[in-house]
Amino acid sequence: MTNDVKKKKQLMTRLIPLIVFLCVSIFLYIGLFRDATVLESTFIGRPVPEFALNDLVEPELQHDKSVLSGKPMLLNVWATWCPTCYSEHKYLNELAEDGVYIVGMNYKDERKKALKWLDELDNPYKISLYDPDGMLGLDLGVYGAPETFFIDSKGIIQYKHVGDINPRNWNGELKAVYEQLK
Amino acid sequence: MIPEIGHFSLIVATALSFLLAIYPLIGAKINHPGMINSAKPLAIMQFLLMSLSFAVLAYSFATDDFSVGYVATNSNSLLPIQYKISAVWGGHEGSLLLWSLTLAIWTAAVAVFSRGIPKVALARVLSVMGMIAIGFNLFILLTSNPFDRTLPYLPLDGNDLNPLLQDVGLIFHPPMLYMGYVGFSVAFSFAIAALMAGRLDSAWARWSRPWTLVAWVFLTAGIALGSWWAYYELGWGGWWFWDPVENSSFMPWLAGTALIHSLAVSEKRGVFKSWTVLLSIAAFSLSLLGTFLVRSGVLVSVHAFASDPARGLFILAFLIAVVGGSLLLFAVKGSEIKSRGKYGLFSRETFLLVNNVLLIAALLVVLIGTLLPLVHKELGMGSISIGVPFFNNIFFYMIIPFAIALGVAPLLRWKKQEADLRPLFKQLAVIAVASIVLAVALPAIFADKIKIVAVIGFALAFWVIITSALEVYIRATHRHSFASGVIKLGRSHWAMVLGHVGLAMMLIGISATQNYKIEKDLRMLPGDEVVFADYLFEFERIAESNGANYEGYEAVFKVSKNGKFETVLRAEKRNYLAQRGMPMTEAAIDWGITRDLYIALGEQLKDDSWAIRIYYEPFIRFIWWGGLVMAIGGLLAVSDRRYRFVNKRVAKAQ
Repeated sequence: MTNDVKKKKQLMTRLIPLIVFLCVSIFLYIGLFRDATVLESTFIGRPVPEFALNDLVEPELQHDKSVLSGKPMLLNVWATWCPTCYSEHKYLNELAEDGVYIVGMNYKDERKKALKWLDELDNPYKISLYDPDGMLGLDLGVYGAPETFFIDSKGIIQYKHVGDINPRNWNGELKAVYEQLK
Repeated sequence: MIPEIGHFSLIVATALSFLLAIYPLIGAKINHPGMINSAKPLAIMQFLLMSLSFAVLAYSFATDDFSVGYVATNSNSLLPIQYKISAVWGGHEGSLLLWSLTLAIWTAAVAVFSRGIPKVALARVLSVMGMIAIGFNLFILLTSNPFDRTLPYLPLDGNDLNPLLQDVGLIFHPPMLYMGYVGFSVAFSFAIAALMAGRLDSAWARWSRPWTLVAWVFLTAGIALGSWWAYYELGWGGWWFWDPVENSSFMPWLAGTALIHSLAVSEKRGVFKSWTVLLSIAAFSLSLLGTFLVRSGVLVSVHAFASDPARGLFILAFLIAVVGGSLLLFAVKGSEIKSRGKYGLFSRETFLLVNNVLLIAALLVVLIGTLLPLVHKELGMGSISIGVPFFNNIFFYMIIPFAIALGVAPLLRWKKQEADLRPLFKQLAVIAVASIVLAVALPAIFADKIKIVAVIGFALAFWVIITSALEVYIRATHRHSFASGVIKLGRSHWAMVLGHVGLAMMLIGISATQNYKIEKDLRMLPGDEVVFADYLFEFERIAESNGANYEGYEAVFKVSKNGKFETVLRAEKRNYLAQRGMPMTEAAIDWGITRDLYIALGEQLKDDSWAIRIYYEPFIRFIWWGGLVMAIGGLLAVSDRRYRFVNKRVAKAQ
């Protein structure tokens, strides 16, 4: 092998880390501009996982996965430390009045604060699950609050919405998703 | 007015970092002594201004200056003073300011304590550090200014802080980690400066080594502290969760661990130089990547909604400039790296190289596990989640060859293998048998079942401990009697022993807790009892326990083992009045060398019974003790006589 060819080969070897890094950067770049609100969960199309969580309002009451089936419903993940949940809450109240069945999951929060919040802002939830450690949240692949899972009457998760529900996205697409659950 | 002083000093510090990045470098190029000498005062001034800027922000928090937007969103007047101060780095802007301050501290430290290094070389190193400072300071000034005012509509009080972030752990954990992260910028700058100058000799490795070790010690201690705190405070009885934030501190640690070993070989033997340079770049690049991942919200987390793509884009551009630029420099200038010296198959070099490769493989596993969910989604393959089992499985298989090679390497000679390897193989065979016997015997002491996975973990730990002991014995009796020889062993030798024994301790702790931990969620009434792991837990009573600033309940448990009284555990649940009704679980932990008993008091249920969580965690303390022993090893290595300029620093401090 001539010296030149050898040198070229060595240069190529040393370029490998750079090339690998640039490939990673491309994904990081795309990831940056990905629309965070259309994240899907791995659980789409699958039944709700098993769980046992206490009720938020009545601590001695325990719920399992049976409360998340039987009718089309929304499972709304919220917390008092989440400002977006605050702005979302009003609209959830309106939806509940229109007859949308919403189950709440209070996520990584404190019971006292959560109860005070529901007291002051009204309670749109038919059932409120209390998940202080985020255990069910972990099983469902919750990234943060607010998130809303669309669950059909067989207890199968059909859709997941990340971010707040507002009149714009509800009338835009989410309402259609909800109606398809029926 | 005062916040503007902070803002202004940050701007001046940024201007100084521009000067530092350009002026001494040109001086080094044209060999102008005045320009070369300017590096040190510039670095020190930059440090002073960054300190002033940070102090001003801390002052704004302490005095509840809610006209500063960052203060208003991260603190309020009711917060106790220690949380007000730690809230300075509790949010995005302030934590970046801490990052920049840490960099300024390291830069000034290198400028002041590197008197053994030729001034030209030092000027280049400080210039590279100045370039990094430019990036971070501009990032703060342009996208994340903590001094932005809310005027004219200033709020009367600040926002409520996310309760998850109100914790003592937040006070110490991030600064420790940052000292480690940012500390790798020194090794990085030494490598880049050496590449620029085309001078990669053993001197370069010797200069870089103590700095890298100090950074590694900080990172090791920071990670161990974070893990201990998570166990102690979160009440889940776990010690590592493989979440992206943890992973982004673990990746630089793996690279840094490979780097400190590779640097040792480069210094002593003059080989592996390309590899060492690449690791120096990698360790710091991964620190930057970690910052990007955590700060840009690209990996979705609780903070995702607060993230702003403009910020992410800035960090990404910076990341590409720094990492891409340095890797390009490595590719182009790498041909000038000459490694002299050859080594045989059964030489210490080979085994160190094997473990270096394994560390990097582990690093890639963590990197892939952290980034794959992202890549996978972008390729349109849907979401996947990579969880704890993935990491645990792969790490289990990788630790086996790693620990075996780690035990053998110190017993081998540098450069060439022994003419006759048979005595060594004989010794190793005996040690292997002894390790396995001990590993089977250990679970027999504290558990009723022998689990093969745990036995493998224990055997590897004993293997490392016994081979280390043998190595100490051989080295000590080389020319002296054992007693006098042991005293003569250098600090860096003990550093190696401690580093390896620390790992063995962690292996014992991890193998024991992962395989023999018992966890129970119970519903108990006072008077109930429960038995597990040979312990009888009697729920004696529950009483109100009110302190000066809290109201709460205390559950008293009497614990006995085989009829013999062991201890009384008092698990509490407190509502702190000052902290606006935030309930705190004070887990009761009875710690011991061989096991922790851990009780957390949950909610009161309807029929006066209580939700109680009890954990039995065998040998879990070995995990953090092991980390501590490793960190002490690192400190011993830094204090070794060889690093004269470090000795000068010690002499000066005394």
